[in-house]
Amino acid sequence: MSVRLFCASLALAIAFPVFPVFSQTLGQPPDTMAARVEACTPCHGNKGEGTSDVYFPRLAGKPSGYLYNQLLAFRSGRRKYPPMNYLLEFLPDQYLQDMANYFASQHPPLPTPAASEASVDILKRGEALVTHGDVSAQIPACASCHGPALLGMEPGIPGLLGLRPNYVSAQLGGWRYGTRTAKAPDCMQQVAARLTEADVTAVAAYLATRPAPENAVPVAKGSYILPFACGSEPE
Amino acid sequence: MTSLFTALLRIAALLAGLAVASAAHAQTAATNDIVKRGEYLARAGDCIACHTAPDGRTFSGGRAMPTPFGTLYSSNITPDPETGIGKWSADDFYRTMHSGRFPDGGLIYPAMPFASYTKVTRADSDAIFAYLKSIPPVRQKNREHDLRFPYDNRQLILGWRTLFFSEGEYKNDPAKSAEWNRGAYLVEGLGHCGMCHSPINALGGTSQSDAFKGGLIPMQNWYAPSLTSNREAGLGNWSIKDITDLLQTGVSARGVVYGPMAEVVHNSLQYLTDEDARAMAVYLKGIAEGSSSSSAPVSTLPTTESSLLISLGKTVYDKNCASCHGAQGEGKPPHWPPLANNQSIEMESAVNPIRMVLNGGYPPGTKGNPRPYGMPPFAGVLSDNEVAAVVSYIRTAWGNRGTPVSARDANQLRSAPLD
Repeated sequence: MSVRLFCASLALAIAFPVFPVFSQTLGQPPDTMAARVEACTPCHGNKGEGTSDVYFPRLAGKPSGYLYNQLLAFRSGRRKYPPMNYLLEFLPDQYLQDMANYFASQHPPLPTPAASEASVDILKRGEALVTHGDVSAQIPACASCHGPALLGMEPGIPGLLGLRPNYVSAQLGGWRYGTRTAKAPDCMQQVAARLTEADVTAVAAYLATRPAPENAVPVAKGSYILPFACGSEPE
Repeated sequence: MTSLFTALLRIAALLAGLAVASAAHAQTAATNDIVKRGEYLARAGDCIACHTAPDGRTFSGGRAMPTPFGTLYSSNITPDPETGIGKWSADDFYRTMHSGRFPDGGLIYPAMPFASYTKVTRADSDAIFAYLKSIPPVRQKNREHDLRFPYDNRQLILGWRTLFFSEGEYKNDPAKSAEWNRGAYLVEGLGHCGMCHSPINALGGTSQSDAFKGGLIPMQNWYAPSLTSNREAGLGNWSIKDITDLLQTGVSARGVVYGPMAEVVHNSLQYLTDEDARAMAVYLKGIAEGSSSSSAPVSTLPTTESSLLISLGKTVYDKNCASCHGAQGEGKPPHWPPLANNQSIEMESAVNPIRMVLNGGYPPGTKGNPRPYGMPPFAGVLSDNEVAAVVSYIRTAWGNRGTPVSARDANQLRSAPLD
């Protein structure tokens, strides 16, 4: 759906005067989060489902705590991506929380996985890392934190489905090289540091082949015990 | 008798004690008032913008400030005795603000807006100093500036000072109202608006005659419009309410703040009292009125190219912009700003409208507008030609008096820094 169609559908929504100070002005934008996050939609899609650009991630249905942490990190510059840093620089905490809640509550269907160009061996290696990890390299399974169904856990662990391989490998690369960091103990940094470049490719390729389950929502907080402490998911 | 005397003595002592206690209490209350006033004034001066690094401790400095001459690092102004201003006296602080010299006489680079702060009264300077002494000290050594030769020689500042610095507190203009004078004091002094809204010459200075005439902010590639020309951000035709709305909330019926001005509203202006915001509005409206309008701008593009661009621009506009900004550019103010009769779109420099189309943006979240509506970035959606076309269209449609821009102009700003 184009930005124009989206805006047009918004224009049909009922408009309420937003702030008393401006209430004398006729014709206001819809008093909805959908209208307020329009700045996000060219890159992330109208409901956070993602767009054709493979480096822009799906936001819809990720746990709101995870999304909020990312918004804070972009605002402070801890997570670096200038267009995001710029957009969020002067927005208050509560508003970022509202944005996070909005995208967390959106559930557009997950895309049908595209046929993978990766070889069978690579996909096998990816599957092994995602579901079992690699004991000899001290790599825990992705599923041990991101959940058996890879849908994430409230409040801070994101699901891994519906993301394209380019995005996943770029992010794992960021963790490996220390350009993406999180609250200590920075569990993703510890894990990614043990991955080889081939591992990253394999994990990203395998994840992208996973079909979408019927009800793709993160599991409740504390549904399973994490294998190690993680700053983003307080006990 | 003795016991009566002792009792009397005790009562006297008690009363004296009470008197001392209440005097001390009054003094604490007075100090608290000064500290509070100082905090307010520090906000009006937007000290935090430069003296706090991103993710750094408040007022501990270390923020990198790129300039055409190299990178400067702001200083620690917390009361830490070794690395901050803990050993300074109120005299030292006033001299620094007023004369642009450190307590030891050393020259300060004019990135510190002492050419504006020199207008601040001694009483206000003392209040800001009292406030800074009351905040938690942070032990953080100042980082050395990283300036290219020959700018690393501080003696050069003497030359700059001779050309561009005139020392002296703000003097009331008796011909004007108290409100106008208060506004002038805030705009020219603590607000240091001239640091951006005056053209910067090759020597990194602003001459008096060019004050508030607008200019491209070095290194940021945003254009700070003139505050005197009604063809730019001159506020002569704005209502006082629209000006105060813009300053205090970041949005207004006439337009919305963006770019570096969003930071100023976020850090500083939203905290102004209604009286001070109004005083600034009265003064700003005043300096715009009476300024002669310059001749109509002339386009440098060939007519055929312009008309092709503008006709493509209408298509791009109707598809991507009209749903929010309206088919006639009327918008839904204050949240979706009007583009028709919007000076920010029409002014001679097209840098800002091009950047807004490319990068989008949110107005700052403020007390009066905590959940602002945002403009989507179109850098990934529109080609250089489409950006130039739509900007050319909005600059010339609906009676707007701007000029068309070229695809090259649009392309050059794709790489403009976003931080």
